[in-house]
Amino acid sequence: MSHASAGRGIAFHRIYAMLLRYGYLLVSSWPRLVELIYWPTLQLITWGFLQSYITANSGTLARAGGALLGAVILWDILFRGQLGFSISFLEEMWARNIGNLMMSPLKPIEFLIALMIMAVIRLAIGVVPMTLLAIAFFDFNIYGIGLPLVAFFCNLIFTSWAFGIAVSGIVLRNGLGAETLAWTLMFLMLPLVCVYYPVSVLPAWLQTVAWLLPPTYVFEGMRLLLTDHVFRSDLMIQALLMNAALLAASFAVFLWLLNAAKRHGSLLQTGE
Amino acid sequence: MNDGHPIPANSPSPAPVSGSAAIAVARLVKAYKTSRAVDDISFRIAPSSITGLLGGNGAGKTTTIAIIMGLVLPTSGTVEVLGHPMPAESGEVLGRMNFESPYVDMPMRLTVRQNLNVFGRLYAVENLKERIAQLASDLDLNEFIDRPAGKLSAGQKTRVALAKALINQPELLLLDEPTASLDPDTADWIRNHLDRYRRERGATILLASHNMQEVERLCDRVIIMKRGRIVDDDSTAGILARYNRSNLEEVFLDVARGRSQVERI
Repeated sequence: MSHASAGRGIAFHRIYAMLLRYGYLLVSSWPRLVELIYWPTLQLITWGFLQSYITANSGTLARAGGALLGAVILWDILFRGQLGFSISFLEEMWARNIGNLMMSPLKPIEFLIALMIMAVIRLAIGVVPMTLLAIAFFDFNIYGIGLPLVAFFCNLIFTSWAFGIAVSGIVLRNGLGAETLAWTLMFLMLPLVCVYYPVSVLPAWLQTVAWLLPPTYVFEGMRLLLTDHVFRSDLMIQALLMNAALLAASFAVFLWLLNAAKRHGSLLQTGE
Repeated sequence: MNDGHPIPANSPSPAPVSGSAAIAVARLVKAYKTSRAVDDISFRIAPSSITGLLGGNGAGKTTTIAIIMGLVLPTSGTVEVLGHPMPAESGEVLGRMNFESPYVDMPMRLTVRQNLNVFGRLYAVENLKERIAQLASDLDLNEFIDRPAGKLSAGQKTRVALAKALINQPELLLLDEPTASLDPDTADWIRNHLDRYRRERGATILLASHNMQEVERLCDRVIIMKRGRIVDDDSTAGILARYNRSNLEEVFLDVARGRSQVERI
């Protein structure tokens, strides 16, 4: 008899079990795999041609040396990181499997870690081909950024996890009626984190809001790197500290919403 | 207040009043804004017993089981499972128990084998391949073990859900309507398997059901609930004798229609 107790620490075999579950799902469904690649590719092609047009007609933007495509790729890391996290979570809701998981020895932190890893795996499936296309068709090599790319990537993925965790908590508490948040919440960030334009474009009061969001530091840092060839490590460190706080807060919110769901009996009714 | 069904003072109580209990529920209340799904119930379930939780729709059976599992938090009262307070020490017991419920499904795109593989790993089952092979043989899953769970018939899905519930050979098994929507043959087959599992492993089973034959066939003890309260709690024979009925279905109707055992006698 397996008298397994969940124990005190994090159990990697349970995280692996969840990764196995999502792996089985991905390889069993080619539409899911195609969907991962389809949108990033379409977006890159559209914005790539726009960048080519603008570069040919604008001296200022020509100097930006691929800032637009860089922004598109980094935005995709932020957006698809959160979406990848949320979709893996939603798969459990759609499959009505959340009760099985909550009743198993799987701990919330282990569940979230598995979702974080899956977000990175799903992101890699979608974004790596996108970056290769950018090299092949638009002569833009994001890997040419070098080590700063690691700082950009880490900060963006941390923010995407934090949003994914918070959205999952909201869906857990409110049911699939709140699913739309998973698809749209990150778009609220799009104008605020200044993906395609510098923060200085915003009105003063909105600039304050923008600097409260970690991705703003990444997009600003990316533009500085591509236009002025300056890497501002201080911006990345600020973003990292904010992300640490954001992740801790999102985990606390998730646990609070999970408890609220248990108080309201929502885990027995995971539909709309 | 017992909805017109007072339990006689001399009513035998098979519930252990002291010593170890697989489940100990005390003064449990679950109140929502406009209703009380569970209204001040207490009971203890002896180890290695099968207890039936009987009641109509809205009686509070599912909520009671969900609270024991830790899926729903009570408004007040306490629950102990295998000697550990829930949900505070759920980490100590979740690996030693399991459940089956119509409120959850297995991931539909995964095959039966993949599902069992995932849950076996979540429960840290040793020799998992052998365990899955054994379950496939015991529950007759081999014919469809490599088929996606979503493409199975209702009876096959129930067997798979039972396989998942037994994957860790639990000491405590919570079953909510385990044979709902099954044909009589499959339902009987499932009951036989549960009975055999309890006897062979010494497991404790708490079973919520509408199915009176099932409860009569399997359970040592029956707890009857109505509108969130326990209206009777005795051995099956004791309840039948007290209501002067020949089967639990008639008792169920008496309870549902507000006829007390005293009136019947």
